[in-house]
Amino acid sequence: MNALFMIARRDLAQTYSGSGWLLPLVFFLLVATLFPFAIGPDPTILGRVGGGVLWTAALLAALLPIDRLIAPDRDAGVLDQYAVRGISEEVVAVAKISAHWIGFGPPLMIAALPASALLGMDADSLIRLELGLFLGSLGLAALAVTVAALVAGLPSGGALAGLLMLPLAIPLLIFGAGTLDDLQRGAFFLLAASALLLLAIAPFATGAAIRIMRE
Amino acid sequence: MTAKLSLNSLGCVRGNRALFTGLDLALRAGGAALVTGPNGAGKTSLLRMIAGLLPAQSGTVEAQGALAFAGEQTALDRNEPLEQALLYWARLDGLALANVRVALESMALGNIANVPVRMLSTGQAKRAALARVVASHADIWLLDEPANGLDTEARALLETVIAAHRAAGGIVVAATHQPLAMPDAATVSIGGPS
Repeated sequence: MNALFMIARRDLAQTYSGSGWLLPLVFFLLVATLFPFAIGPDPTILGRVGGGVLWTAALLAALLPIDRLIAPDRDAGVLDQYAVRGISEEVVAVAKISAHWIGFGPPLMIAALPASALLGMDADSLIRLELGLFLGSLGLAALAVTVAALVAGLPSGGALAGLLMLPLAIPLLIFGAGTLDDLQRGAFFLLAASALLLLAIAPFATGAAIRIMRE
Repeated sequence: MTAKLSLNSLGCVRGNRALFTGLDLALRAGGAALVTGPNGAGKTSLLRMIAGLLPAQSGTVEAQGALAFAGEQTALDRNEPLEQALLYWARLDGLALANVRVALESMALGNIANVPVRMLSTGQAKRAALARVVASHADIWLLDEPANGLDTEARALLETVIAAHRAAGGIVVAATHQPLAMPDAATVSIGGPS
């Protein structure tokens, strides 16, 4: 338990000492800025598509940190050192998922405030978007760490990561965008269920991937 | 608990190629083994197997006591000052800053404790990785090419800490091409013409 806390703290310190946390956030805001230019400033259209745009942007922003989640620690021998100390790969995975969420979820939710204003979303939609992003970012963080472990060490891992992650994130996108719709009250539960499923599978998938890449 | 390490008819297969088979070794507290062999003979694989990083294809590894492994990579955060980077591992092992300071002095790194890891030279980085092992207070040291990049003085320091560790009841397994003085060490020769 202590090891879990320490690993998470180290990862979090690395995220915030570098510009790691800023990159997805800026990307997210940039997409929100670009869309009104492409679609035009009509508030009714922007209000209708705004939420979906932000969910897509969140998904793409979740891809950006993947290359720094597992691969650097693998290359530096840090993962080996955890294993030699008898810290299981699953514990390392849980620590990394927690640290990644803290460095990714809350900044994304904060960035959603100006982003929603740029797209002219009303207050009610904003509250639903924030709630949805909270649940969705949990699933996205779990998925990002899993995919990072799967592609770590592969020559074109970055490109492969997108191909692996985006299809798996489709449920989060569907239910996440669904939460913005007044008539789909069940979407929140389905979004939470999708996120929980990813959170439950991720430590084991990540652990197995870390073990396999030692071979 | 006294440290003990025994390998029973250990075999290693990498990429459909048998590197070594039927390797036996028994080390008691204070014991040491020097693993020698040509490049690609499986020295690193053997150490990684003992460390539990690679599964043994045949045979068993029985290790009694905590392990410390110094491989090719330093496993130290490049942007952290050396002392802080070492402290991370010491804290994970439940040890304090004082242990790190002692380990740094033992490898003559005390004067560069505040230099970021990325600024270290090859030899200094190797010494830093060895300092991580010294600071760990583990019973069994697994050292992969510990003398690589070390100058004569640093190698003497390495031999000193190894001797001290063995005198305190520790076990050392070192794989190396370089001459490394370890009195009464068992020699494990793998690969090559037998």
